Amino acid sequence: MSTGTEPRTSTARGGGGITKLAGTLYRGREGMWSWVMHRITGVLTFFFLFAHVLDTALVRVSPSSYDTVIASYKNPVVNLLELGLVGAVLFHALNGLRIIAVDFWSRGARLQRQMLWTIVAVWVVVMVPGAYFMLKHTVETLFGS
Amino acid sequence: MTTIEAPRSRQRRARSRTNTELYAWLFMRVSGILLVVLVLGHLFIMNILDGGVQRINFGFVAGRWASPFWQVWDLLMLWLAMIHGSNGLRTIINDYTRRDASRFWLKMLLYTATGLTIALGTLVIFTFDPNIS
Repeated sequence: MSTGTEPRTSTARGGGGITKLAGTLYRGREGMWSWVMHRITGVLTFFFLFAHVLDTALVRVSPSSYDTVIASYKNPVVNLLELGLVGAVLFHALNGLRIIAVDFWSRGARLQRQMLWTIVAVWVVVMVPGAYFMLKHTVETLFGS
Repeated sequence: MTTIEAPRSRQRRARSRTNTELYAWLFMRVSGILLVVLVLGHLFIMNILDGGVQRINFGFVAGRWASPFWQVWDLLMLWLAMIHGSNGLRTIINDYTRRDASRFWLKMLLYTATGLTIALGTLVIFTFDPNIS
């Protein structure tokens, strides 16, 4: 939690006005934009969750109604949206771990920017093969095997 | 222009009598760590492993929920994700609504939708019948 050592590097960097705000954890630059992305990805995921509980609830209605709604997930466009959802959830998960590190790790606040670029790198490394496997079937059916 | 106080600046502020916000803050972190495992595992199994979403149908769900392990997994994921998401949206409503009435009604809508969805999901997991018509 509070270590009393929140970084205020930008004041030393000089410049007045807006630039004074940059460099504190949640004002300007990476700290703020990761916070914005965390909100957007969180809200997106939460709204999807309502739909997803409802579509899964169809297993309680009949096998055919469940299979019909699940067929829509296999549609190429929805498949692409699903990839976007996975990307959003993965960012939210990795950035959430970064937030926990900022809050509980004594060096977390100082290293928050480096940690953000680390999780962005991890995100890319996971999403590239992830996208390959998720879109494989769609690409094969659309453009021949 | 709105001025934002520096974080942890010394100022007199109305103190709450309860620690609810502290517990909510802590819950987000604890449930977050559990959800990293539960949700990323879920996404990997459903979307990538073994042909991904193409192999999912009623029979696939029936096969999974025959095991108490996946029932508990899904139940835990449902409750934690719904409460985690609902608390996140509560924070967003508190941040962006301006009128007390809209804040109140948006939160009522949120809690109702969350409660109903958790109840529905739980009911489905516990009353699932693989031999339904």
